[in-house]
Amino acid sequence: MRKTLAKFSVEYLQILDENGRADETLMPVLGDARVREFYEQMVRGRVFDETALALQREGRMGTYASIRGQEASNVGPALAMDKEDWLFPAFREDASMVARGVSMEALLRYWGWDERGNDVRDVNVFPVAVPVSTQIPHAAGFAWAMKLRKKRVATLVYFGDGATSKGDFAEALNLAGVFNLPVVFVCQNNQWAISVPRAKQSAAETLAQKAIAYGFPGIQVDGNDVFATYVATKEAIRRAKEGNGPTLIECFTYRMSDHTTADDAKKYRDAKQVAEWEKKDPIKRLQLYMKAKGLWSESYERALREQTRKEVDEAVKKYESMPPAQIEDMFRYTYAEMTPQLKEQLGYLKKSIEETKSTGGANR
Amino acid sequence: MVPIAKLTIVEAINAALRQEMERDASVVVLGEDVGRDGGVFRATDGLWEKFGDERVIDTPLAETGIIGASIGLALGGLKPVCEAQFDGFATPMLDQLINHASRIRWRSRGRFSCPLVLRFPYGGGIRALEHHSDSPETYYAHTPGLKVVVPSGPYDAKGLLASAIRDPDPVIFMEPKRVYRAIREEVPEEEYTVPLGQARVLQEGSDVTVIAWGAMVRECREALALTSYSIELIDLRTLSPMDTKTLVESVKKTGRAVIVQEAPRNCSVSAEVAAVLSREAFTSLRAPIKRVTGFDTVIPYPRMENYYIADEKRIAKEIDKVMKY
Ligand SMILES: Cc1ncc(C[n+]2csc(CCOP(=O)(O)OP(=O)(O)O)c2C)c(N)n1
Ligand SMILES: [Mg+2]
Repeated sequence: MRKTLAKFSVEYLQILDENGRADETLMPVLGDARVREFYEQMVRGRVFDETALALQREGRMGTYASIRGQEASNVGPALAMDKEDWLFPAFREDASMVARGVSMEALLRYWGWDERGNDVRDVNVFPVAVPVSTQIPHAAGFAWAMKLRKKRVATLVYFGDGATSKGDFAEALNLAGVFNLPVVFVCQNNQWAISVPRAKQSAAETLAQKAIAYGFPGIQVDGNDVFATYVATKEAIRRAKEGNGPTLIECFTYRMSDHTTADDAKKYRDAKQVAEWEKKDPIKRLQLYMKAKGLWSESYERALREQTRKEVDEAVKKYESMPPAQIEDMFRYTYAEMTPQLKEQLGYLKKSIEETKSTGGANR
Repeated sequence: MVPIAKLTIVEAINAALRQEMERDASVVVLGEDVGRDGGVFRATDGLWEKFGDERVIDTPLAETGIIGASIGLALGGLKPVCEAQFDGFATPMLDQLINHASRIRWRSRGRFSCPLVLRFPYGGGIRALEHHSDSPETYYAHTPGLKVVVPSGPYDAKGLLASAIRDPDPVIFMEPKRVYRAIREEVPEEEYTVPLGQARVLQEGSDVTVIAWGAMVRECREALALTSYSIELIDLRTLSPMDTKTLVESVKKTGRAVIVQEAPRNCSVSAEVAAVLSREAFTSLRAPIKRVTGFDTVIPYPRMENYYIADEKRIAKEIDKVMKY
């Protein structure tokens, strides 16, 4: 006997098209102020991003991973989260983190070679995870803890298209399916993992469909449509909180910049492709929508830009005027209590710095 | 006359890969961004253009897959040279390395072997993000069945990598990224190898033996210039199996030893060196063996990392203390 045991399909969601026209049947109920908030958060992300790139170029900050073009995939999910929900970022979520309440100053510090940039209190956001995909099982575990502790909290974790190739991804999704965990997996499929294009990352037609194998829904959304990323996340968070388990959301977007400031994308990708995606810009299309609705004007834009500029400049000033960390900081957070060995080593380092007037020589 | 070029370490590595791929059709290079991009440090630049998709392979982002498949490739008759993009991303490979690559010969009683090379850039000092600055040699050196090689300059980089690729056993080849482009040396264009398992005496001396490997060799060279002692500087080159003979002979002569490493101290390679010396050169020692190491903490982000990695002044000071013991 041969028969079909199961058939699957993958849903796609777009609400706001490239030209700023919304499918009103799918449009969430949002007040004008809320629509503006989407726009303003994306602009904050864009201005922050441009500033960070400039600081890096001037040597005032370190290697940086630009979010340009991914603002809607950053902001939509962040605004769909409730205050009590938790965010596990990868490293291309600055606008999401900012929208969730992480200060720009902290992010600059993080990208500016300073661990203190990770020291962010009072917001439900974990620090950046650099080893690709490793944060995904943490989110599953955190969601599990919330579930076992009977807390009505959703956990949202970000990662890229490249991350879906790692075992951590597979294991985390499998665990989440098996234990019906209240977790939302958000993949920013920006079409590239450094120089490796999406098609070489997986033979699967969509990344969303990977969820199906683990027994829960996956959806692909237009990742440059902030309403789509918002609605899909809102639904996923509801599912999570109602005990209906995990969801995978594939935000179909594009990395407009080099992978990081240490990369040169010209080496491996066609400028034509970048230009095509420029037309799909998430901020531009929301602006068109708002204009048609009477929510956007030149003066609104000018005021917003000015205010955002001021906010970012303020953050830069704070970042650059912070006194250096203490030598103790190197040792302090290794364990809850410094071990005798660490105390000895700290004492040695302090003495050595004194003896040699060292400013360190390796880093040049 | 033999043609000679002045190459950097990263260029020498590129040259070795090219040479070995030309020489042996079973050598394949695989990893993330090693193909079209030529590697994030350009170590594999031009190889994809020359050898094509089947021998220079851009893999999906999957370190366990890369190393696991490399084991399979090796078992299937190829010679995989795989790359982890940075020290911190080789960590998931430890599972396959410790549980399989290092023991396949042992497990199969010699029927199967695993002649693969894993290369990755290691160490701090390039102002990078977290997980891009670690010195994890201890994990590998501690694993029976793995060889661990760390060149400190271009000539050795080319010759040691060639040997690593030709070696019948799995070799971990750690590249000192801080000095990838900082040192230029004359490197013959012709084929040559530098044998694994042999330390190199870089400078002879009679007062004290300084032992280092990888990027710290540069810091040690600079420290020598700050002291007036007669220093014997040894580049360990292969951490496992260790050339204890060269080390012991030197310390028997000088009576003093300073071991310099970037990695954290606890249970590290310098401890093994010290143990060997205290056993084999005990009666010659005129001062306790000194270790200058990283601290038992995570290597800090770049604003502080220059305090973590011993600089030439700290090393010179420690040499001085040993001399004045
Ligand atoms: C485990 C691991 N391997 C390699 C790297 C180096 N690396 C940093 S980002 C990246 C590509 C990530 O691609 P993707 O997951 O699509 O995220 P994106 O950078 O596009 O946001 C790689 C290979 C890493 N950080 N972690
Ligand atoms: Mg990507």
